[in-house]
Amino acid sequence: MGMIIVDRRPNPKGKSHANRQRFIRVAKETIREAVRRSIRERALGDVDTREVVDIPVKRIQEPRFRHSSQGGQRDYVLPGNKEYVQGDTLPRPDQQGGGGGREGSPDGEGEDNFQFTLSRDEYLDVLFEELELPDLAKTYLKDMTAFHNVRAGFSASGSPNNLNLVRTMRNSLARRLCLHRPRAAELDALEAEIAALETFGECKPEDDARLTALRASHATLTRRMKRIAFIDPIDLRFNRYEPIPKPEAQAVMFCLMDVSGSMTEGMKDLAKRFFLLLHLFLSRKYDHIEVVFIRHTSEAKEVDEDTFFHSRETGGTVVSSALAEMRRIVAERYPVEEWNIYAAQASDGDNYSGDREACTRIMQEDLLPLCQYFAYIEVLDESSADIFRSESNASVLWRDYKELADQNPNFAMKRVFSKADIFPVFHQLFAKARRAAA
Amino acid sequence: MSGSGSSRLLFEGAEWTFDTVKRTFDAIEAIAIGELGLEPYPNQIELISSEQMLDAYSSIGMPIFYNHWSFGKHFVRDEKMYRKGYSGLAYEIVINSNPCISYIMEDNTMTMQALVMAHAAFGHNHFFRNNYLFKEWTDAEGILDYLSFAKSYVAQCEEKHGIAAVERVLDAAHALMDQGVNRYSRIRQKLADEEKRAEARRQHHQETYNDLWRTVPKLGETETPPDEKDNDSRRAALGLPEENLLYFIEKFSPRLENWERELVRIVRNIAQYFYPQKQTKMMNEGCATYVHYRIMNRLYDQGLIGEGSMLEFLTSHSNVVFQPDFDDPRYSGINPYALGFEMMRDIERVVTDPTEEDRAFMPDIAGTGDVMGTLKHAWAGFRDDAFVAQFLTPHLIRKLHLFKLGDRQDEPHYRVDAIHDERGYIEVRRALARHYDLAFREPNIEVADVRLKGDRRLELVHRITNDVLLSEQEAKAVLGYIADLWGYNVQLEGIDSDGASRYRYEASPKNA
Repeated sequence: MGMIIVDRRPNPKGKSHANRQRFIRVAKETIREAVRRSIRERALGDVDTREVVDIPVKRIQEPRFRHSSQGGQRDYVLPGNKEYVQGDTLPRPDQQGGGGGREGSPDGEGEDNFQFTLSRDEYLDVLFEELELPDLAKTYLKDMTAFHNVRAGFSASGSPNNLNLVRTMRNSLARRLCLHRPRAAELDALEAEIAALETFGECKPEDDARLTALRASHATLTRRMKRIAFIDPIDLRFNRYEPIPKPEAQAVMFCLMDVSGSMTEGMKDLAKRFFLLLHLFLSRKYDHIEVVFIRHTSEAKEVDEDTFFHSRETGGTVVSSALAEMRRIVAERYPVEEWNIYAAQASDGDNYSGDREACTRIMQEDLLPLCQYFAYIEVLDESSADIFRSESNASVLWRDYKELADQNPNFAMKRVFSKADIFPVFHQLFAKARRAAA
Repeated sequence: MSGSGSSRLLFEGAEWTFDTVKRTFDAIEAIAIGELGLEPYPNQIELISSEQMLDAYSSIGMPIFYNHWSFGKHFVRDEKMYRKGYSGLAYEIVINSNPCISYIMEDNTMTMQALVMAHAAFGHNHFFRNNYLFKEWTDAEGILDYLSFAKSYVAQCEEKHGIAAVERVLDAAHALMDQGVNRYSRIRQKLADEEKRAEARRQHHQETYNDLWRTVPKLGETETPPDEKDNDSRRAALGLPEENLLYFIEKFSPRLENWERELVRIVRNIAQYFYPQKQTKMMNEGCATYVHYRIMNRLYDQGLIGEGSMLEFLTSHSNVVFQPDFDDPRYSGINPYALGFEMMRDIERVVTDPTEEDRAFMPDIAGTGDVMGTLKHAWAGFRDDAFVAQFLTPHLIRKLHLFKLGDRQDEPHYRVDAIHDERGYIEVRRALARHYDLAFREPNIEVADVRLKGDRRLELVHRITNDVLLSEQEAKAVLGYIADLWGYNVQLEGIDSDGASRYRYEASPKNA
């Protein structure tokens, strides 16, 4: 009987991928909740990673008809009796467990939650769905295939155009030396001597002998030369290149937000989604991104991310204070020639009326020329949506910015009432940029 | 092969190569077939990575399987347990097919590969080929083709009707797998014909829609009072009572589309294929463990494996057959490998070196001297419960210190009913045999009746044994699934041994 042995290791891996996708589909609701929570809780730069999700077992149960674990008359047969004799009684342990040894659920799952980790791609999929991104943008964001080739040593194989002559010749020379390949000069000298003897030969017996010897060694050398190639395939060296994900320069992203009392938590949450998305877009394009958070009421201050999103302030609203602060920070830390500067501003549109002129001026003269993009979103409650839908009812800031938007292709603005409104800002932004570039 | 002339070792050290695997397989085969007289299917050894082992795990160990979210769930769990080091991977997976496929993992040492081949490729393989349940209920020739048909059929359905629609049927059918097997009778069928049959069903269906459902209830018609005679003929036509719920649903559900029936059938066929494994788990492992033990020892005796290797084998073997006592925190039920192996060894003892007690207990086999003959007979003709009832000796009951504990719901404490003494042997043995009897382990649920007219309600009955009820929440969830497949209301009534009704659940289809 012959035995067949089959090596299955080269078979495609990830056979269970399709099953995993189906599982994620089934557990979608829970996963979505987890992602929603993570949008609220995670730091901007931290979004692009994996997420551990707890799924209540009940939601992904596979029920069967099973006997209840309690009640009725049951018999257990157990090993390892030490002292019991027939008729002994044992206290029944509380509830489950006890005599039969715990028959955990046949699936081997306890009551605990079922925990699993979403991969980066899976996480982004759900995230994008949450941010209601159109498909095109999704592929753009997930695609990391911008590579450029970097020299990475040498290899023994490659295409002819990558042949490294110096290395190859050095190998060839070393090999020829080691194997004592006769040099061309050596052979030439021999040939010359033979020729001399043949021509002017006076046929002395010692010359005869010499000639024979020379001819013999000439033959040996020629044979040797033929056997030992001048360049052998093992000498070949090629320049090796490795594709490295392409890092473009660095970027800094300014987040400006009005944190005066009129901004509700809901509005801030919308604003955060917006910032998050911008950060994601930028992280596709740049290998290094810094984020600067500036919040303002009647005066502006650079703060950390947590304070930015979570602490409340009271006071009036002077938008230009934030713009001036941004101008100061750029001048101090982010020279334009080294940094790509992006800014995103979120506000409910309020501004102190005496500040309007200053605000437009700083934007037009100082900031917009510096920035790749400047995006402004006006976050509004659903309740005020009707009032503000029309341009004529626009807020103070909106009216001032509107003029800027008309003149500057790198400035985009948008009112945001709900999650779904966020993405179009980007659309507008990039569409504008493309037009400007064309 | 090896350097020193005197060494006959098949391999040295932990590393394996295709050559040593092949050579070792041949040596094992010579012992298994030549000396032990095993009769396995031809073998195919497949080498896989640990990742592939995880893959195989989550789809019930089969190399090909249709896609379903529950397998994804199992994979996630298994992978996590494995990565965190809570559980190792099984050393082997073996498939009841012809040729018999055994997986061996690339990470195993050569000694482990030898152990796995002896265990799976000869132990399990012999059992699969010879045990009457496998012979009668499974089709080793056709299973792989059938699974690949099932996989592509499910994929086609997903494409045509959407993943959600397919999932609806599979989720429900999976919930009924335990009640989706024929236990006592069978019309023999070849899995190879299944594909043709699926096609035939599609064609046939249009013409002959189920006669039983021809009486569509007219508007305003009140339910006709059931008369006895009508009742009997209807029940006969439906083949009631029917214990195979999946079969009944596949055949008689008024609402299912053809492709949905086919999905139900696929799940049912797979449940049936695995049913013998559930019934013979302990014997099957016992057989494989006994076989590998004999073979490895023989290899050592013949000087074919070294002492280090033997030591490694023994460590691994004793882990496999480790049985913690009931009061040990590690205790989690009786280890089928341990009990199985002990029973095989005990039979060996009775056959070769019986005591007076053994002669009295098992006059048929005591002292006959034919170890393999006796074992092969047992492996072929028994399942776990019958095997225990027939072969568990007082000697082994004493050795394992088995005792029987009674748990009566109206008593405040457990009672020790029997221990390893004269008065207790029979009772311990009977209780242990019953523990392996699926008829007691799994709830006994059957289709009792269907109201063909009127509301078309499906009536199930749970025959309660020993007052053990169902886990209520799960039962209701399953009932909901049945209602989905049936398309109308479904009722489950629990009837105890006195014929009294203990509970009644009812479920309606979700999308009626």
